[in-house]
Amino acid sequence: MSLLRKISAKPWEHAGELEGLHGAFTPGQSAGRTGLYMFLAVVTSFFLLFMVTYYTRMQFPDWEMLADPKILWANTAVLILASLALQLASNAAKKHEFSRMRNWLLAGGILTLVFIGGQWVAWEQLVASGYYARSNPANAFFYLFTGLHALHLAGGIWFMALLGFRLNQPNRREQVPSSVTLCATYWHYLLLVWLVLFTLLLRT
Amino acid sequence: MSYVAIADRDHEQHMHDPQTFITKYIWSQDHKVIAIQYSLTAIAVGLVALVLSLVMRLQLGFPDTFSFISPDEYYQAITMHGMIMVIYLLTALLLGGFGNYLIPLMCGARDMVFPFMNMLSYWVYLLSVLVLCASFFVTGGPTGGGWTLYPPQVILPGTPGVGGGIVLMLLSLVLFIVAFTMGGLNYVTTVLQARCRGMTLMRMPLSVWGIFVATILGLLAFPALLVTGIMLLLDSVIGTSFFMPALLSMGEASEYDGGSPILFQHLFWFFGHPEVYIVALPAFGVISDLVATHARKNIFGYRMMVWAILAIGVISFIVWAHHMYVSGMNPYFGFFFATTTLIIAIPTALKVYNWVLTLWRGDIHLTVPMLFVIGFIFTFINGGITGLFLGNVAVDMPLSDTYFVIGHFHMVMGVSPILVIFGAIYHWYPKITGRMLNDRMGRIHFWATLFGTYAIYLPMHYLGILGLPRRYYAMGDTSFIPDSAQAMNAGISIAAFFVAAVQLIFLFNLFWSRTRGAPSGGNPWNATTLEWQTPQTPPVHGNWGPDLPVVYRWAYDYSVPGAKNDFIPQTMAPEDVPTSDDSYDGSEGAHS
Repeated sequence: MSLLRKISAKPWEHAGELEGLHGAFTPGQSAGRTGLYMFLAVVTSFFLLFMVTYYTRMQFPDWEMLADPKILWANTAVLILASLALQLASNAAKKHEFSRMRNWLLAGGILTLVFIGGQWVAWEQLVASGYYARSNPANAFFYLFTGLHALHLAGGIWFMALLGFRLNQPNRREQVPSSVTLCATYWHYLLLVWLVLFTLLLRT
Repeated sequence: MSYVAIADRDHEQHMHDPQTFITKYIWSQDHKVIAIQYSLTAIAVGLVALVLSLVMRLQLGFPDTFSFISPDEYYQAITMHGMIMVIYLLTALLLGGFGNYLIPLMCGARDMVFPFMNMLSYWVYLLSVLVLCASFFVTGGPTGGGWTLYPPQVILPGTPGVGGGIVLMLLSLVLFIVAFTMGGLNYVTTVLQARCRGMTLMRMPLSVWGIFVATILGLLAFPALLVTGIMLLLDSVIGTSFFMPALLSMGEASEYDGGSPILFQHLFWFFGHPEVYIVALPAFGVISDLVATHARKNIFGYRMMVWAILAIGVISFIVWAHHMYVSGMNPYFGFFFATTTLIIAIPTALKVYNWVLTLWRGDIHLTVPMLFVIGFIFTFINGGITGLFLGNVAVDMPLSDTYFVIGHFHMVMGVSPILVIFGAIYHWYPKITGRMLNDRMGRIHFWATLFGTYAIYLPMHYLGILGLPRRYYAMGDTSFIPDSAQAMNAGISIAAFFVAAVQLIFLFNLFWSRTRGAPSGGNPWNATTLEWQTPQTPPVHGNWGPDLPVVYRWAYDYSVPGAKNDFIPQTMAPEDVPTSDDSYDGSEGAHS
């Protein structure tokens, strides 16, 4: 592993220029990607800890499973489509096809909003059937998981809207394509999180 | 080609400096200004926590004397003192303050990679502090459930601050975590992406290594606090039962049912133990740089130091339950955590050995920063050894609820990092302001603080072995506690007031030297690292001149045989190093 090799270096032995380090070098070239991956690590830690808590709390005798609303299946399909749209936007971004990129971004954003709306409908259905957050921890966890996941998507939409504004500013337009690729990564990641959460909610 | 310090190179500045007062000092995106904003806010809120500790000491040293301290207020003081010191002072000052100031300068970057997010990080932190302080003014006052916020007590009627206090505390923590995450992503990405040419990972000063790994720990551990915070907030506000069991409260059955307080403890300490190292690792790093600079000697075992930081970072995630030995856990579970706790002592002890070995046969300059370094090493060994006691289940059981624990963690988590922070401020103040802190005041501050804090915390170990319980408002008549224990408590309180008063000298020094201190020049300690090689002191916006620095060597070329000066800056190419018979004298400081 290169990291292991890097931290085994003996820096006191050699002073002077190092091969490969003193050529053309632009600091912060992939700062955005590194920052995003670190953020995804934080989000992973966040949701993993929730899942561990969920499993632990499940062991207690007062746990009562809830009937997952059928609309979640449709929502899942919508989120998959949203992720797909973002991927197509990212593909267009790599080729610098701005109008195609904008259309796919718009499609992805609308699909994501539909997903969040669908989750809201699921909440309404649960409340209508008497599954209140207070009445059982299983219900409370359901609201918590879906709510926090939707909140992360909403953050993504906010970032996407910023990109939309930048597309209209000629001097910042060139920065957009690389950000769209990061956006797509974030969406795929949140799709993965949802699939894991959904599986967990269905099976328990 | 002869060596020309960056400071002396003839270049014009073409930086886009912020022009107005507001963009320069208030809504600033400059990492140095943000660092100072973080530090001043942290110190200000830390002074609040210091006053709260004096309230506690008044009550403990002289019970039945002060009618204005009720049991409720005593518990509120305990809770707020602990939370403020651990989170809002130490974490914010070491990462938000030192991390912000040092990372770009020591890595040779112009700024953090996401300056806007960095600015946002400070303002959300300030908001979290204000929300926390607002809880002093709501009905019922701040929460008094202990800084660990254990349910069920913390949200049951009868506990002070059960209404607004606990809600504001939890909201403030959520805001703090958001702020920390924005800052932390910046620190990590800057270290990984914005180092200047030639700065390999293994050429980084240990300060950067410590802050870097501590930030990763923070990014992965604070989510645990966020999870607990959100769930406890829901238990408290809308009445879910994540953590709250079925119980009788004031004679009536509460509406809670089936929750697990122990689950809260596991989550809290899964954050809480890495938190210890989030504070300790930056302190370890800073100490390593201070000890090498002021002993004019390369750090002993640089690679071991880096590996130890990484090892501590990993192991710190599997020791959390040693805070919970008295929770009634399975003995095998306790055995596992006792073992990991003893294992983490190995890399930690290795670091202590390396500091001592760096001092050995070094050219020790007993400057004020060096005094604080030596004070830290002593204190950390003291606190670390009592940690070995408490890390063992059988020894921890009788000691856990006594003053022994207070003595232990204040030595290791209170006094030690504070000594590092003081040492670091004396060391870097000349770079931040261009002036030296007053030396005489610094020496008085050091000796009075060191002896004063020992007078506070060493006797607490004795009180703990005697069985004096912690968390009590007053001891009352207890047969196994002799009158002499009360006399000792009074003595501790007097020492506490003395130490608090001495800090006024430090604060005065900070303000007085800002304008009256001796001009320091760019590199008063003749240090090798990049922050001392900036063209201007204090560094201007953008840190470096038109060209970024280029690094040719590691951070610890002190007293290199054959070289004329006892330090070689990281930016000096091998062919430029003056040898003993050259006439070039690179030292420029007045205080070498």
